Amino acid sequence: MTDTVMDSGHYGPYGGRFVPEALTRALDELDAAFHAALDDPSFGQRLDALQRDYTGRPSPLTEAVRFAEHCGGARILLKREDLNHTGSHKINNVLGQALLAQRMGKKRVIAETGAGQHGVAAATAAALLDLECTVYMGEEDTRRQALNVARMKLLGAEVVPVTTGSRTLKDAINEAMRDWVSTVERTHYLLGTVTGPAPFPQVVRHFHSVIGTETREQVLDRIGRLPDAVAACVGGGSNAIGIFSAFMDDPTVQLRGYEAGGEGIDTGRHAARFAMGAPGVLHGARTYVMQDEWGQTVPSHSISAGLDYPGVGPEHAWLHDTGRARYEPVSDDEAMQAFALLSRTEGIIPAIETAHGLAGAMRLGRELGSDAVIVVNLSGRGDKDVETAARYFGIEGAPSP
Amino acid sequence: MSALAQAFARARNENRAALIGYLPAGFPDVPTSIRLIEAMVAGGVDIVEVGLPYSDPLMDGPVIAEAADRALAQGTTTDDVLDVAAAAARTGAATVVMSYWNPIERFGLDRFAQRLAAAGGSGVITPDLTPEEGLAWRDSTDARALDRIFLVAPSSTPQRIATVVSACSGFVYAASLMGVTGARDAISGDAEGLVARVRSATDLPIAVGLGVSRGDQAASIARFADGVIVGSAFVRAVAQARDADAAIEAVGSLAAELAAGVRRRNGEVLP
Repeated sequence: MTDTVMDSGHYGPYGGRFVPEALTRALDELDAAFHAALDDPSFGQRLDALQRDYTGRPSPLTEAVRFAEHCGGARILLKREDLNHTGSHKINNVLGQALLAQRMGKKRVIAETGAGQHGVAAATAAALLDLECTVYMGEEDTRRQALNVARMKLLGAEVVPVTTGSRTLKDAINEAMRDWVSTVERTHYLLGTVTGPAPFPQVVRHFHSVIGTETREQVLDRIGRLPDAVAACVGGGSNAIGIFSAFMDDPTVQLRGYEAGGEGIDTGRHAARFAMGAPGVLHGARTYVMQDEWGQTVPSHSISAGLDYPGVGPEHAWLHDTGRARYEPVSDDEAMQAFALLSRTEGIIPAIETAHGLAGAMRLGRELGSDAVIVVNLSGRGDKDVETAARYFGIEGAPSP
Repeated sequence: MSALAQAFARARNENRAALIGYLPAGFPDVPTSIRLIEAMVAGGVDIVEVGLPYSDPLMDGPVIAEAADRALAQGTTTDDVLDVAAAAARTGAATVVMSYWNPIERFGLDRFAQRLAAAGGSGVITPDLTPEEGLAWRDSTDARALDRIFLVAPSSTPQRIATVVSACSGFVYAASLMGVTGARDAISGDAEGLVARVRSATDLPIAVGLGVSRGDQAASIARFADGVIVGSAFVRAVAQARDADAAIEAVGSLAAELAAGVRRRNGEVLP
């Protein structure tokens, strides 16, 4: 499998390290611990055992026959990361990084979270491996996702509501960085996606590459050939990189990422970094950033908290520029239609984040035609979104806002 | 000799440390921020650090982060920051801009360097730019004879210190502690050791920042450093003042207290 890291954490002009000097040493230590772990068979064995016995891997590949009728007749295969323990792909990364934290002798982990999925996964891994855990979450998001706040607390984590800036995910990351710079001696920053300073994008990609590795094998087994396209939603981009990773060197396999078009990219209320952003530096890496003419970050918007982020992983920026992957915005409304459709045709309620990838697959199916086979990464389940969806569809009995 | 070098040389001749004061442009508004900087210089600040307010200041504690939010809410732009820097330079104090990297990259490296040099600025402090990522910045600042100030931290290894100081000019910014900006009750014990390690790697002046807010703290740092950097304490003085005139008075008297501190380094240091 090709890794597009070109040199010391760069992806073409993207990535790198734009951090206070106080963090350089911790990032160097993480890099060293990561590479030592890759060379240590016992690390891989321990992670494999956890993935099998705790997460429930491999996750199945489900053919969505009735949903496919709405996708131009293309065959649709769903990679079921929603069936993992904690309900999304996020567990893959947190188990790997929590084992790294143990290896580095760090007793405490911190994490940022938007919708709460990564926060819940981090709190889970911390409980399992006896680590202290603090999760930073925008105050706005703690209100929108009260259920996940309760889950994190039940798992023994401390949840800190962030009241600075726009009080959402980007500010939670700022606050986690501030904590880390002050406590780095004993704390590992368990970053939740393929963003941030090197080596985080590479580390997180590695722990999610299991998604792609399994998918490639399962598809070959099932249909005897590679798929025509692999589709995923892209917030920071960890589930997308995870499934893309095994197909990078297969030129016949199209890689498609779907970012949040929010209320429409002309409204300014979206998280369409590729459609409307520009290269810049945010949270330690050069990548596509939603920013104004002065380089100030512009707040993003999406109905899904997990895609509501003004930056994107630097490897995606490079895949975008080289044309290896294509990225398109999907609006809130399109995503919610796909959310409802999958629920009713397949009996699977997806996360709203994931629904952006499903909406993209509906478009892509019509584009590629009925001979095409498309794999969609079903990155998370929608239990957390039931309230939002009930309100969106005006379902009777929905809690009032 | 650059204006920064002259400021450090003058302080050294007077057997004291230089005092470096930080205030963000546009806080509480652009004209008042200029008057505050003038008051800081009148009070005894040798070198002015003009902060460029940024939306995601991950090295700043709540005092400076909130000031940046307010400055941005007022509509403060990079053009305003350059105007404030020009006004600061007109006071005669050596003037540097402190900015996170993205606003400079967005403005254009050469364009920013050219405009700051034209404004009479002496250099730029970039807290989230590492020397490895700063190669193009090196060319832009060299072309305009601007100093480039990078940071070292208590966690920096000897090799790392060598890398950072070789990319620096003007002075080296030594972060006194592992943390974000903001006043602390006590100065970190890490600072003196860090300065000694940096000293063995460079002849550049070394200024210590993070956590310094009072004259006695300035005095104790002045024993071993060439410069004392104070930021949050000035910003807090402005934030707590009831109006612009009170803020100007508070900033002037804090500058005077700190200026007395950096002159008190021999023997009369408070615990």
